[in-house]
Amino acid sequence: MTETSETTDSILAPIIAHYGGDPGNLLQILRDAQEALDWLSPETQGAVARRLDIPVTRVAAVVRFYTHLYDTPRGKYRVLFSHNITDRMAGSPALMAHMLKRLKLKRGVVSDDGLVSVGKTSCTGMCDQGPALLVNNRAITRLTPRRIDEICDLIRARAPLANWPAHYFRVEDNIERADMLLGSAYAPGEALRAAIACGPTGMMAEMRKSNLRGRGGAGFTTAVKWEACRDAKGDERYIVCNADEGEPGTFKDRVLMQSFSERVFEGMAIAGYVTGARKGFVYLRGEYSYLRAPLEAKLSEMRRNRLLGMSICGVPGFDFDIVIHMGAGAYVCGEETALIESLEGKPGLPRIRPPFPVICGYNNQPTVVNNVETLCKVTEVAIHGGLAYAGTGTRQSAGTKIISVSGDVERPGLYEYPFGVRVSQVLDDAGAYDAVAVQISGAAGQCLTPQEFGRRIAFEDVPTSGSFMVFGNTRDLFEAALNYSHFFEHESCGFCTPCRVGTALVARIMEKIHSGHGARYEFNELTRLHQLISTSSHCGLGATATNALQDIMTKFPTVFDRRLIKRDFEPGFDLDAALARAREVSNRDDANAHLAEGVDA
Amino acid sequence: MTDIPNSFNLDGEPIPFEPGQTILQAALNSGHFIPHLCAHPEFKPHGSCKLCIVVVNDRTGASCTMKALPGLEVQSDTPDLNHRRRTLLQMLFVEGNHFCPGCEKSGNCQLQALAYDLEMFNDHFTHFFQPREVDASHPDFFLDRNRCIMCELCVRASRDLDGKTVFGLAGRGRDLHLVVNSASGKLGDSAFAKTDRAARVCPVGAILPKEVGFAKPIGERKYDETPISQLAFTCDWEG
Ligand SMILES: Cc1cc2nc3c(=O)[nH]c(=O)nc-3n(C[C@H](O)[C@H](O)[C@H](O)COP(=O)(O)O)c2cc1C
Ligand code: SF4
Ligand code: SF4
Ligand code: FES
Repeated sequence: MTETSETTDSILAPIIAHYGGDPGNLLQILRDAQEALDWLSPETQGAVARRLDIPVTRVAAVVRFYTHLYDTPRGKYRVLFSHNITDRMAGSPALMAHMLKRLKLKRGVVSDDGLVSVGKTSCTGMCDQGPALLVNNRAITRLTPRRIDEICDLIRARAPLANWPAHYFRVEDNIERADMLLGSAYAPGEALRAAIACGPTGMMAEMRKSNLRGRGGAGFTTAVKWEACRDAKGDERYIVCNADEGEPGTFKDRVLMQSFSERVFEGMAIAGYVTGARKGFVYLRGEYSYLRAPLEAKLSEMRRNRLLGMSICGVPGFDFDIVIHMGAGAYVCGEETALIESLEGKPGLPRIRPPFPVICGYNNQPTVVNNVETLCKVTEVAIHGGLAYAGTGTRQSAGTKIISVSGDVERPGLYEYPFGVRVSQVLDDAGAYDAVAVQISGAAGQCLTPQEFGRRIAFEDVPTSGSFMVFGNTRDLFEAALNYSHFFEHESCGFCTPCRVGTALVARIMEKIHSGHGARYEFNELTRLHQLISTSSHCGLGATATNALQDIMTKFPTVFDRRLIKRDFEPGFDLDAALARAREVSNRDDANAHLAEGVDA
Repeated sequence: MTDIPNSFNLDGEPIPFEPGQTILQAALNSGHFIPHLCAHPEFKPHGSCKLCIVVVNDRTGASCTMKALPGLEVQSDTPDLNHRRRTLLQMLFVEGNHFCPGCEKSGNCQLQALAYDLEMFNDHFTHFFQPREVDASHPDFFLDRNRCIMCELCVRASRDLDGKTVFGLAGRGRDLHLVVNSASGKLGDSAFAKTDRAARVCPVGAILPKEVGFAKPIGERKYDETPISQLAFTCDWEG
């Protein structure tokens, strides 16, 4: 075995001790080690493996899985621009080019002096205040060329991050429309005491009456999940708060964790009270590292106020506490079984289901995984009662929903409405005057045309995890489709063939079309691949990876037609639009008078 | 629906099963072939290659991970599913670097055999041509990652049967690759031995013995003689 240098060892020893020498904390250990050492060299990985007494392959598997862990040097300053389509629309590619030029760097290549590297990363959840970047896991928002210049100067001067101007790191809430959750006053402990007054069975009954459904995407009824966990055989039970929020365009969980965290934590404690779980985890995406310290402080405060810890609110036997686990750049870790693997310190590979986490989750024990927003809603059910809760929204979608609005709107930010709100209402409220498309529920969701703007946000019509990206009439949706294809190629965990190879093939075909070499053949190939990937993949990532692409291909035919070769057109010249005069003269406006429609399928 | 307890229908034929068995196990035990690559009777199901996909009551799933239940209507040998399987095979072929005519495993390789059996006539997609590392450091065996299909059979065999954990998969997405548990990352420095179960489990030609060369000519080997659909669950390496 290679010897480890004494400095590496002296850095690793306290980190590993802090995590109890538990290989289950491998991901946390590696995150902290990288924080101190800038990267995870083979020696570091070997030393971690030895100290934890695990195969070095296991360490390598974790390092290579998470994008924000590095097994090659990336510099003292590791800059990553958010690659989400909204950041790009706000000018991020030009800003990155500017920074690369100023620092005389190539993208992804560390500078000769080992000081800095600049690259791209998936959506950082700052879409309402982009363009954004991460520097050593800290988010900087509202980038401008001037700010980029300043950052370059700070890096060259080797200024420690702690000395950078604090306003760079300010992250706004941007709550534009508040309702039940964002608009209500909150007294610490109120929800917990209300739940305790009901008793565990009574509170479960309220949950059932409330008809609360999960806000993480799938819309599963929360009470059913909790009951299954409560009734499952197990030595311990766990409550996991899913704060991975990786869906491009979603940022509502970030605001909830930043400004409403006591509600999230109380919701978790209530879940523990009802199911019998005594331990909770928050799985916080690495991009939100800046939230960690304030959240730890909030947890301590709640412990002091006996809202967490032993005998909560003075009720003997009601013990519940919460630990924060950090992610490290992997969208798939939002999938609940991948998340659990990651909590156990492994690569985030989705498990075979069934068994579901409620039966066999963290450490093979019954585990509830709930979204951040869902857990906040639990406090509303506790305070107001299940029936009152079920009184708002629609029949199948009770309560309110927070929507993260970004893109071509005047007022990006959070909008909370009762379920059932029309897409057009959201557009009006946010000041979207020229919307030609709305991408709902992120890259995995659907792309709506203006004809569909009358549809309603609800599980029974347009379900959403909360992402709402607006495209104005100057945008080319092909850029969005290309962006999504890169996102999924990058985020596929690689476990199963259709998604691992399929998303790569889709991205290649999209690039071919993008470079002007795609024909109808490529278009048909995309459809064929969509059919295979969406039906044969192992988890929800693959199952939804080509949804938006397929929507854009079928609902916005001109987007692709304009790009495919062997069609008679000049770049930048819209042939169909040019025929408008001819249509006017011939007094025709039927499908056959439009180029987009008469295309052979 | 069938009334016989502990039996389900596979393409219209009743298949008996023992409680706890997967659809794939039950089908193979009763002499019905469902294509598969990452499943093996000695190991826990993995469910990654997706060759074994079936449609059960209108839902697609991997038959190697789905429990058999009474009365299920399972479709497997349908033009649509075989078409999807062919595409999956093509994906595996273009992802790796498979030069069958020069491969010692040719004729004994399950990937190749399935491609013949499912009438995959070409690779269809553009090849990735990814550089993959070859490791000849071990005295008895070599590792050619060009042919690895990430089935994790060697990983499972070494961990669960040999008790050595010589192999692992690392990386994400297309970066996924086989890694060896030794300080240098080389097979020669690992605990791997030619007597390991992991030495004889690879369905393709990624883990091969040294000093064996075409003892039996291509054309007369296992799957050259008999299609894989008639030789279910035989995958030991034969010289
Ligand atoms: C690829 C993928 C990513 C996901 N990402 C998230 C996420 O970031 N946050 C989340 O709450 N749920 C996410 N989910 C859904 C979770 O698997 C799970 O359904 C959810 O956390 C359950 O919570 P809920 O019942 O409160 O909605 C994701 C699912 C998939 C397939
Ligand atoms: S569908 Fe994609 S993300 Fe999900 S298991 Fe398969 S490869 Fe991994
Ligand atoms: S080396 Fe062979 S057995 Fe191991 S993962 Fe690759 S293909 Fe499977
Ligand atoms: S054999 Fe079932 S997924 Fe590989």
